[in-house]
Amino acid sequence: MQHRMTEFAVGLLFGLGLIVAGMTDPSKVLGFLDLAGAWDPSLAFVMGGAILVGLGAFALAKKRTTSFLGGAMQLPSSTVIDRRLVMGSLLFGAGWGLAGFCPGPAIVSLGAGQSKAAVFVLAMVAGMAIFEWAERRKHRTLTGDA
Amino acid sequence: MTIDWNNFTPWASLAGGIFLGLASALFILLNGRILGISGIVGGMLRPKAGDTGWRIAFVLGMLVAPTMYWLLTGAAVPTTIDAGWGTVLLAGLLVGVGTRYGAGCTSGHGVCGLSRLSPRSLLATLVFMAAGFVTVFVLRHLLT
Repeated sequence: MQHRMTEFAVGLLFGLGLIVAGMTDPSKVLGFLDLAGAWDPSLAFVMGGAILVGLGAFALAKKRTTSFLGGAMQLPSSTVIDRRLVMGSLLFGAGWGLAGFCPGPAIVSLGAGQSKAAVFVLAMVAGMAIFEWAERRKHRTLTGDA
Repeated sequence: MTIDWNNFTPWASLAGGIFLGLASALFILLNGRILGISGIVGGMLRPKAGDTGWRIAFVLGMLVAPTMYWLLTGAAVPTTIDAGWGTVLLAGLLVGVGTRYGAGCTSGHGVCGLSRLSPRSLLATLVFMAAGFVTVFVLRHLLT
């Protein structure tokens, strides 16, 4: 239960950060992505501020095998650079540029009662479900069980 | 290149970014997990015993953030969505499929990945940023 409270609190802090940063406003995000128009560089400051804090935290995390609440330290182990990574990121970037929403801000905007954000989140979850379905199908084909 | 000085918010964006960094720091140090929204949400579709509750708790926290923001500041969350319904739907699908194949989004690759100096996340971030720049260029300057 203590863990559920930290997860809730961190989600809340993250959501507030997205709001303060301006990330939950798609028109502001698109203003950043529009290099050829009137460019709003604000979101570079979001990344800068986040990484400034993150660098120290992850340097510390890498030295540990358990978290401060006692669970396992689950840092990603994959270092593979492959077609999935590049093609997936291409599709994600295209979708981000189309509407100005990435996953976090869309969920926060859904919490603000934005109906278009609700449609976006539903479509996003459907897209994730398509991925899961394709992965399971591929796995079945590879292992031969059906 | 012209700068949009009217909408430029360096201090608010820096402050918000520091919040995001703090949240990511707390999550890895307290819970031992990467704060990546597409991974947190996508993992719900691959249910394992004991692996769903924390995801729901985190998303609930995000969902109440606008209400908390309103209670603290008295202001509504500024949101302008110019895209039409069909575009929003297509964008959501692309973001859903893309972030799962690419194993991360702006938070997991952009914030956490760059913070832990992962070459894989650096490449992913460069690719999705470039794709975002190109998409907006095509939509705003080639098609209109």
